[in-house]
Amino acid sequence: MTAEFSTFINIGERTNVTGSARFKRLIMDGDYETALDVARQQVENGAQIIDINMDEAMLDSVEAMQTFLKLIASEPDISRVPIMIDSSKWEVIEAGLKCVQGKAIVNSISIKEGEAQFIHQATLIKRYGAATVVMAFDEKGQADTQKRKVEICQRSYKILTEKVGFAPEDIIFDPNIFAVATGIEEHNNYAVDFIEATRIIRQTCPHAHISGGLSNISFSFRGNNPVREAMHSVFLYHAIRAGMDMGIVNAGQLEVYDEIPNELREAVEDVILNRRDDATERLLDLAPKYQGEGKEAAKEDLSWRDAPVSKRLAHALVKGITDYIIDDTEEARQQAERPLHVIEGPLMDGMNIVGDLFGEGKMFLPQVVKSARVMKKAVAHLQPYIEAEKSDDNKSAGKILLATVKGDVHDIGKNIVGVVLQCNNFQVIDLGVMVPTEKILQTARDENVDMIGLSGLITPSLDEMVHVAKEMERQGFDLPLLIGGATTSKAHTAVKIEQNYHAPVAYVANASRAVGVCQKLLNRKSRDIYAAELAKEYDTVRDQHARKKPRSKPVSLQEARDNAATPDFSTPPVVPRQLGVTPVTAGLETLRHYIDWTPFFLTWSLAGKYPRILNDDVVGEQARSLFDDANAMLDEVIANDSLQAKGVIGLFAANRLLDDIEIYADDTRQQVIGVSHHLRQQTRKEKFPNYCLADFIAPKDSGIDDYIGAFAVTAGIGEQALADKFIKDGDDYNAIMVKAVADRLAEAFAEYLHEQVRKHYWGYASDETLDNDALIREKYQGIRPAPGYAACPEHTEKQLIWDLLEAEKHTQMRLTESYAMWPGAAVSGWYFSHPESRYFAVAQIQKDQLQDYAQRKNWDEQTARKWLAPNINE
Amino acid sequence: MNSNRSEQLAQAAQSAILVLDGAMGTMIQQHHLDEADYRGQQYADWDCDLKGNNDLLSVTQPDLIYQIHCDYLAAGADIIETNTFNATSIAMADYKMQNEAHLINVESARLARRAADKFTSENPQKPRFVAGVLGPTNRTASISPDVNDPGKRNVTFEQLVEAYTESCEALIEGGVDILMLETIFDTLNAKAAAFAVHDVFDRLGLTLPVMVSGTITDASGRTLSGQTAEAFYYSLRHISPFSFGLNCALGPDLLRQYVAEIAGVAECLVSAHPNAGLPNEFGEYDMEADEMAAHIKEWAQAGLVNIVGGCCGSTPEHIKALADAVAGQPPRSIPRFDVKMRLSGLEPFVH
Repeated sequence: MTAEFSTFINIGERTNVTGSARFKRLIMDGDYETALDVARQQVENGAQIIDINMDEAMLDSVEAMQTFLKLIASEPDISRVPIMIDSSKWEVIEAGLKCVQGKAIVNSISIKEGEAQFIHQATLIKRYGAATVVMAFDEKGQADTQKRKVEICQRSYKILTEKVGFAPEDIIFDPNIFAVATGIEEHNNYAVDFIEATRIIRQTCPHAHISGGLSNISFSFRGNNPVREAMHSVFLYHAIRAGMDMGIVNAGQLEVYDEIPNELREAVEDVILNRRDDATERLLDLAPKYQGEGKEAAKEDLSWRDAPVSKRLAHALVKGITDYIIDDTEEARQQAERPLHVIEGPLMDGMNIVGDLFGEGKMFLPQVVKSARVMKKAVAHLQPYIEAEKSDDNKSAGKILLATVKGDVHDIGKNIVGVVLQCNNFQVIDLGVMVPTEKILQTARDENVDMIGLSGLITPSLDEMVHVAKEMERQGFDLPLLIGGATTSKAHTAVKIEQNYHAPVAYVANASRAVGVCQKLLNRKSRDIYAAELAKEYDTVRDQHARKKPRSKPVSLQEARDNAATPDFSTPPVVPRQLGVTPVTAGLETLRHYIDWTPFFLTWSLAGKYPRILNDDVVGEQARSLFDDANAMLDEVIANDSLQAKGVIGLFAANRLLDDIEIYADDTRQQVIGVSHHLRQQTRKEKFPNYCLADFIAPKDSGIDDYIGAFAVTAGIGEQALADKFIKDGDDYNAIMVKAVADRLAEAFAEYLHEQVRKHYWGYASDETLDNDALIREKYQGIRPAPGYAACPEHTEKQLIWDLLEAEKHTQMRLTESYAMWPGAAVSGWYFSHPESRYFAVAQIQKDQLQDYAQRKNWDEQTARKWLAPNINE
Repeated sequence: MNSNRSEQLAQAAQSAILVLDGAMGTMIQQHHLDEADYRGQQYADWDCDLKGNNDLLSVTQPDLIYQIHCDYLAAGADIIETNTFNATSIAMADYKMQNEAHLINVESARLARRAADKFTSENPQKPRFVAGVLGPTNRTASISPDVNDPGKRNVTFEQLVEAYTESCEALIEGGVDILMLETIFDTLNAKAAAFAVHDVFDRLGLTLPVMVSGTITDASGRTLSGQTAEAFYYSLRHISPFSFGLNCALGPDLLRQYVAEIAGVAECLVSAHPNAGLPNEFGEYDMEADEMAAHIKEWAQAGLVNIVGGCCGSTPEHIKALADAVAGQPPRSIPRFDVKMRLSGLEPFVH
C-alpha cells in the first residue's frame, strides 16, 4: 500500500466555502487572517496542493478569490505549495489565475457548455500557465457509467491535445465518484464504473491524471466511521491500482487496508466491486457491529420487516430507522397511483402516529427529530418522481421563516423547532444565525411566508426582537410573529414586543408548542380567535407585571455598599505561579470526562438529573438512547479530530476600587491595563451582605496584593462545518447533536481549565482532589462567574476579557455586536480565588446604580439602560 | 524576424555556445552624460528631469547606443539586447514618458537591428541576432508595496499585460529576432509578459523565440518573490522558451549553483549572464574579464550552459574574454525528461 500512496497526491480542501462552513463564515466576515490560518494548517498537516473555492452566492467571489490569493502570496509557509483555483464560474477562475505566480491547477472545466467554450477556456488556461481538472461532464450531463466517463474524457483529451495544444501531463480528469450502497440498484456499480473508467482513461490518454473526491463514495454510511473508513480504503486500494493518482482525501478518514477486519473488508469489497446482488444488505447487516469502537450491537429484531409496506414505513418513522426507508418508499411508490400519494398516505399516517405519541408524551424530542430524518429521506427519494409529474398541488401546511436575530449565534432550540415544524408538513426557511432585520423582512417578502419566528439566547437579543417587531410595523407587515429562545418570556413578549406590532405576536415556550401555535395562526379564522386570546392573556401579564412589587425592598446604592461583603484578607492572597496570558488546549478525550450531562438532557426537553435520568421510569429509555448517541458522536469527533477545543487564560495583579476591579500590567501595580466593572445587589438583606463580585478582591488602599483571572474557551472549532454537513445530508438529528455535544464540551473545558488553574497555573489549591461529581457541585475554592450570567449580568464586559487575553488571536473566538461568543460552544469569565467568593444573582438594580454604572463605563444613560435592561424593573 | 533567422539561430545554438552582449548601463555611464544630453533636441522642453533615462538615449543619442551595440558585436557577441530595459509604459511613467514607450521600443530595436545586420553582412558565417528586451518594470504584481497591507498591489496583471503588449508590438515592429524577458524578480510580472507576448504572436500570426531570464536576489537561492529556481522554471515553462536562465544580482561564483539547478530541469537551452562580481564599496563591479571568463569556461566544461553573457559591470572586454573562453566548447545538450505534471508554489512540485 505504501508505494502506491507515496505517489498519490493529497489535495487539501478546507479552504473551500462550499465545503467548510467555518471557512465560509470567516470569508463572509472578512476575517482573512483566520482564514489564512486554515490554509496554513492544511499545508502543515501535509496537503500537497490546496484547493481554494469562493463560490458563494452572497459573496463577490471574484474579489474574495483575488484577495485571498494575494494574501497567500505574502505567506511563504502557505504559498510554497501549488494552488488549485476552484470555481464553477469562469470569471472567478480567470481572476484567480491573474494572482498566482506559481503554476496552479484550475478546477474545473468541461464540455458541459459545448466545445467552443471548452476550447476557449483551455486556451486561456494554457496561456496563463496552469494545469486543469476536467470533469467528466458533457452537453448531456454528468457521466455516471463507465462508458460515458471514458467517452467524455477521451473526447476532452483529444480536443485539448489536438486542438488546443494542451500538455497532456497537465490534464487531470475527474470521472465523478458517486455514492454506492444507497439501496438504489442503479448505484451499485458506481465504484466499478469509476475504477474501470480510470483504467481505460489512463491507458488511452497518456500522461493524463485521475482525481476525485473520495468521501462521496461512502455517503450512505454516514455516522458509521469504521465502515466509511474501510470503504475509502478499499475504494482507493482498487482505484489507485487502476490509475487514480490524485484526490481530495481526508487522511483522518482512511483505514489501513490490511488492518480492516477480514469479514468487513470482504463485505466492503463486495459493495465497492459490486460482486453480489445482496452486497449492500450484507454490509448493512454487518455495519452496526463496527459502529463505535467495534462493539458488537445487540442483535436487531427484524420481524417488522415482514409486515406490509405501509406498516413498515410507519414503524421506520416511529422508530427512526433509516436503513430500509428508501427501499420501502420505493416499494410504496410502485404500488401507489401517484408518488405524491405515498407522502399523503402512508408517510403522513406514520408521522401522525409520531405526532400523537409526541402529544401524549410517549415520544420524546430526540425521537421526533430522528423520525424527521427518516421522513426527509423518504421525501427526498420521492422528489424526483413528483417533479417529473410536474404536479402543482404539492402544498405545504404553511411557510415559516426562522432566524436567530442579529448579534446572536445560538440555534439549537431554533433548529429543533424547525425540524418539528417540518415533521408537521410546514415548509421552513431557516436563515440561520446572526440574521439582520432587513434580511429577515426581505426574505419574508420575497418568499411570501406565512409567519416569522425569531429566536435568541442572550439577553441583548431581546432588544433585537423588539427592533424587528417595530420594523415590521413600520414596513406594514401583517404576518404573525413567533418569539422563542432561552431568554425570551411571556412577560417580555407582553411588555416589550407585543405592543409594538399590531398583528399577532406569539410567545412559544418550547418546541412542542410550536406546531399548535403555528396551525392556529395559519388559518385566518382561528388566527383571529387565537389573537384575541393572546391579547387578553398579554393584558393580564402586563397588569401583573405592572403591579409586581419587588419581593424585598430596594435600598440605595450607598446603603448597599455599606453592607458590602467583607471577606477575610488576613491570609495574603496566593500569588499566581504564572502571571500573564497563557493559551491552552485540551484533548476532547480528556474533556469528555468533565462533562456535566444534566443540561444536555434539558436541551432535548428531558428533565432529570444525570445519572439518575438514565433509569427514570418515564424518560429513562430515551435518555439512555440519547446518551448513547451523544457518546457515539463524541467517539466520532474525537476519532476524526473534527471538533477542536481552544482556550486562553490570563492571571493578573488586581485590586478593588469600590465596585470596580483595577487590573494591572504586572505586580508593580503601576500600569492599569483594564478595569472590570461590577454590579451590586440592591435589595434589603437581613442576614447577608449586598454582594458585588468586586468585594472578593482586596481593596486598593488595603495595601494587600490581590489577583484576578480571566478565561475564554471554546470546543466549537469545526462545529458549524460538521453540523452543516449533517444538514446537507438531511440529518437534522445529528446536526443538533453536534451542537449539543460541543456545548457540553465547552462547559467541560471551562470546568477542566478551572481545575488546572486552581491546581497549577494559579496554584492556590494545589492539593485539591475532587471527582467530577464534586466538581459539578462546585465543591472547590473560588468561582468562575461569566459575564451575561447572574453575578455579572452585563454582557459588554466580555470585551475586556477579550482585550486582556487577546482571545480572538489565541482561540479564533469572536464577539458579535451583541457580545455573543462565536462559535456558540464557548464559555468565558473571571476567576476569583478568595475562599469566601461565591455565586449570587445581582437581580434588580435601582436608578442610582444605573447612573453610577453608566458613569463608570463612560456611557450615556440610554446606553446603560440598553445593556442593563434585564436588571431594571421598569 | 523571418523564420529563416529563427532557423539560423536554432542551428547556431546546436553547434556552439552562443554569446550574449554585456551591460548597457555600464557602458553609458562611461560617457558621463548630463541632463541636456539625455534630453537631446527632441525633449529639450520636457517638464521633468530625464537624466538617467537610459532607454531614451536610443531616441536622443542614437549614435552612442549604436556604437555600444557595435562594440559588443566586435567583441564577439552573437546576440545583442535592445536598449529597452525600462521602456515599458509602466517604468517610463517615472519620467512621465508613458506615451513615449512605443517610440523608444521601436527606435531601440531598429538601432540594434542595424548594428547586427552590419556585422552579419560583413561575416555571413557568423549571423548576429537581436533580442528585444522586456524588462521587469519597477512594480510587482505579487508583492505588496506596503508591509502593513499584504494584500495591496501597485500593479495589476491586466496593466502589465497592456504595457507588455505595447512594448512587444513595438519591438517586433523595430525588427527583433528574439524576445527576452529578463531580470525577472516577480514571476507574476513575467507571466503577464508571457501572456502578452503570446497574444501578440497570435494576433500577428508569427512566433519568435522567447528567452526567459530571472534573477536570484541573494544567497537564499530564491527570486525576490520567493520562488526557487526550479519552481520559477515551472511557472514559465508553458511558454516553451527558447532558452531559460538567470542574470544579474550575483557574480558567476555565487550564481553557479542556481544555473546548475536550472540546467538540471530545463527542457530548453540554458542561458546565464551574471554580473561582473558583486559591487564593491564604491558601487563598482570589479571582477576582471579574465576571472569572469575562467568561471564561465568551467560552466561550459561542466555542460551547464548554451548561452552566456554579462550583466551589470561587464564590458566588451569581458564579452571578448567570454567568447574566447567558450569557443570550441560543446553546448549543453538538452537531457530527456520524464513527462510529468510540473507545478509550483514557491517550491516545485512534480507529479
